[in-house]
Amino acid sequence: YASLYFCCAIEDQDNELITLEIIHRYVELLDKYFGSVCELDIIFNFEKAYFILDEFLLGGEVQETSKKNVLKAIEQADLLQEDAKEAETPRSVLEEIGLT
Amino acid sequence: MPAVSKGDGMRGLAVFISDIRNCKSKEAEIKRINKELANIRSKFKGDKALDGYSKKKYVCKLLFIFLLGHDIDFGHMEAVNLLSSNKYTEKQIGYLFISVLVNSNSELIRLINNAIKNDLASRNPTFMCLALHCIANVGSREMGEAFAADIPRILVAGDSMDSVKQSAALCLLRLYKASPDLVPMGEWTARVVHLLNDQHMGVVTAAVSLITCLCKKNPDDFKTCISLAVSRLSRIVSSASTDLQDYTYYFVPAPWLSVKLLRLLQCYPPPEDAAVKGRLVECLETVLNKAQEPPKSKKVQHSNAKNAILFETISLIIHYDSEPNLLVRACNQLGQFLQHRETNLRYLALESMCTLASSEFSHEAVKTHIDTVINALKTERDVSVRQRAADLLYAMCDRSNAKQIVSEMLRYLETADYAIREEIVLKVAILAEKYAVDYSWYVDTILNLIRIAGDYVSEEVWYRVLQIVTNRDDVQGYAAKTVFEALQAPACHENMVKVGGYILGEFGNLIAGDPRSSPPVQFSLLHSKFHLCSVATRALLLSTYIKFINLFPETKATIQAVLRAGSQLRNADVELQQRAVEYLTLSSVASTDVLATVLEEMPPFPERESSILAKLKRKKGPGAGSALDDGRRDPSSNDINGGVEPTPSTVSTPSPSADLLGLRAAPPPAAPPASAGAGNLLVDVFDGPAAQPSLGPTPEEAFLSPGPEDIGPPIPEADELLNKFVCKNNGVLFENQLLQIGVKSEFRQNLGRMYLFYGNKTSVQFQNFSPTVVHPGDLQTQLAVQTKRVAAQVDGGAQVQQVLNIECLRDFLTPPLLSVRFRYGGAPQAFTLKLPVTINKFFQPTEMAAQDFFQRWKQLSLPQQEAQKIFKANHPMDAEVTKAKLLGFGSALLDNVDPNPENFVGAGIIQTKALQVGCLLRLEPNAQAQMYRLTLRTSKEPVSRHLCELLAQQF
Repeated sequence: YASLYFCCAIEDQDNELITLEIIHRYVELLDKYFGSVCELDIIFNFEKAYFILDEFLLGGEVQETSKKNVLKAIEQADLLQEDAKEAETPRSVLEEIGLT
Repeated sequence: MPAVSKGDGMRGLAVFISDIRNCKSKEAEIKRINKELANIRSKFKGDKALDGYSKKKYVCKLLFIFLLGHDIDFGHMEAVNLLSSNKYTEKQIGYLFISVLVNSNSELIRLINNAIKNDLASRNPTFMCLALHCIANVGSREMGEAFAADIPRILVAGDSMDSVKQSAALCLLRLYKASPDLVPMGEWTARVVHLLNDQHMGVVTAAVSLITCLCKKNPDDFKTCISLAVSRLSRIVSSASTDLQDYTYYFVPAPWLSVKLLRLLQCYPPPEDAAVKGRLVECLETVLNKAQEPPKSKKVQHSNAKNAILFETISLIIHYDSEPNLLVRACNQLGQFLQHRETNLRYLALESMCTLASSEFSHEAVKTHIDTVINALKTERDVSVRQRAADLLYAMCDRSNAKQIVSEMLRYLETADYAIREEIVLKVAILAEKYAVDYSWYVDTILNLIRIAGDYVSEEVWYRVLQIVTNRDDVQGYAAKTVFEALQAPACHENMVKVGGYILGEFGNLIAGDPRSSPPVQFSLLHSKFHLCSVATRALLLSTYIKFINLFPETKATIQAVLRAGSQLRNADVELQQRAVEYLTLSSVASTDVLATVLEEMPPFPERESSILAKLKRKKGPGAGSALDDGRRDPSSNDINGGVEPTPSTVSTPSPSADLLGLRAAPPPAAPPASAGAGNLLVDVFDGPAAQPSLGPTPEEAFLSPGPEDIGPPIPEADELLNKFVCKNNGVLFENQLLQIGVKSEFRQNLGRMYLFYGNKTSVQFQNFSPTVVHPGDLQTQLAVQTKRVAAQVDGGAQVQQVLNIECLRDFLTPPLLSVRFRYGGAPQAFTLKLPVTINKFFQPTEMAAQDFFQRWKQLSLPQQEAQKIFKANHPMDAEVTKAKLLGFGSALLDNVDPNPENFVGAGIIQTKALQVGCLLRLEPNAQAQMYRLTLRTSKEPVSRHLCELLAQQF
């Protein structure tokens, strides 16, 4: 998948074909979110990749298979993040320069 | 959607990641990381309080460093602080850190749990989801203890948002998988089942996973899910591809949900209700029909999703194993896939067909695909596919096609991948034996195996052929002739020499009439291989030679010369030397009669499960065993000891040293390792490592010398010794010539303390003295025993004491084991006893009036709550003794309850940490018949049965 590699551990009675599609659906979600995902997106936004995965899979089971619903949840979270961001931007930018 | 987050990230983090990526070497990377770690550490330690944003940024950096594979040993506290932040973004990072870097630091867990608790109670769905995700990702026991009771409530609450329900369902599933005992069943279970009817497909998807897991343990509680699942499935299967909107995946309606529903149904037998069953069969047929329709899309996602459902449907059909029509259709469908261009499908088809082959309805249908499968074995490019083909051939084999399949497998073996050769060898050996009509074919097959893949023919395989030849006199002559011919090949495998040596030593006389295989020819043929063989094989050949002296007196001089040669008599290997010396002497001093008796033909081996089958099962692991030991074709029970074959020499040998004469290559007479130490000192000395044959590691040696962690089975008297302590707490637990073990114990509620006194009865010091307590099986979760180490030396005549603190966590059935090991005069001693801790020790007597007793007695009237035993008295029937025993057993004795004054009635409560079990008992002696009837009623079925058994042995 566009230079991405996935590794999935399943139990021996698990359905292999549907597992392949789990990977595909996850790529689709990443694609939608990052806009044609690549390795760098995941490296620099690893926390986002985690959040998307948590919405899609939980405790090793598929939680939500609808692309729309998963992305809606992430989008909502991002909106909250945006709000929070607005409030703290002035101070943090200053600090940012000195700190890295 | 806009990629909102791209720019909003933490700049510091992005810069750090770029720095790391720009590092030219591993050293540079480590340097950069160490610099950053120092920076973060100083920030965290600094006096200035960090704001939430910085904290978040640093925690994120730590997380990244951790993901690069470095250890992170700080920052947990800051992450916990983030958890309690009100800002979503900070909370989110805090949770992520905790989820990825779980730390069982108890102090932190408490804080984390606190934060989670607040979020769960916050009624803010996003926060609740974060908390649930964290619990599900960590899934630790501590979290289970803290939240297992809350989550079901969230799951079934009417006002929970759909997304919260989804997370709660899977979170609960995770906790249940990790610690099933923590998740209480209750009225919520019924409401969970009804989530299958939920409007929201996502909720259904999550709920099905939970229900599937729960119903495996409590099938009856969840029975109602069958009809709900069927109707849900039927709605999905019959829906048009666009009906389900976003739940349609590449034109396949809700593939994940369908697969999960089909899996759920596999937890149950076919539905009993005819209407439900009809509807389900309709669904299954629809799926099979759809497989024949042209694909709606050329995309692989479409076919994968569709076939995922199809395979799951076939699994369900196989699981039901009751609809011949569907089974045959499934088989035909798989047959189509066998020739599909997608390797994955061919692989899966081979795999599923393996299980179909074991159904009586579809076995014949599977067999029609034999040519395709054989072709797959020959032409598939991927080794894992070839392996599945070999599995399938093995599964579809029966008397009608055995010869074809075995010969194909043999042919394949010549070019087979090294990784699967041994398995193929085992399979061929099993099939050849199982379906052998004439045993000459069997012998040919095994010899072919050795010829083609000698290195992969394990001991089990060639032991087995020897056993079969020994047991069947109709094949002995043929076997002798065939091995003789096989040995004439210029280069033959050492295993061939072993088989040949043994068979000619036993049955060489059957072909001695032919001048081409006269005794001297046989001998020189074998001896021509001798020098190229390993010590083990040479030892075997020496045994063959002494047998030759008995069978063919004319070879005596030649063979004696060989034995007398310096290379034998003074061989550096003690085993070879000993054999040469003993055989030479035996052949010179013993009369022909004695020789004939000592070297008599081996008696038949007792029939038992093929050790090869046992080995194959071990190799394949329990999961794959189903295809191999399905009841239809192999009803023989699975004998754990199958790996070690019985040795004939102990049965037949007239002289005490005869096991040296028998085949050393066959296992030595295996005295059970544990009992040896306890019973007989003499046996022990012989059994010690010094006396082990120096024959190179044979499998049974490995079997006889358990690693330091293993312990042997309890000694045979262990149960009897245990019984003595059911009704008393003090006494001598064990005694032999060396050692006496005394016990003193007291119990109160669910706690107990036991003193063990180990007395050295000899005048010699015991060394490496180490008594340990072992909890077999589940016992660890039922009983906690703390022991202190004792001194490793016990002087002659001295006594050491060991204190055990015991806590009963929940009801248990088997006592812990006490494994005692030490060295006495250089010889290792080891034996295992059962520690006299039985469930009744935690009895608290309860006094009650007759009225109360009967009321409770009636409350416990379910058949499984009662256990009853009628048994003969083993001791004189004395009312006073009986009373004392019952009191010793722990229950209160209630007078004036039973109308018959001869009878005894008792009551008590078993105290464990997790629960209390009330027990009522009644013992009715019948002096005339010298019999007792004992009845136990408790609220837990296993406890009733166990107490009844324990107590019944006391009278």
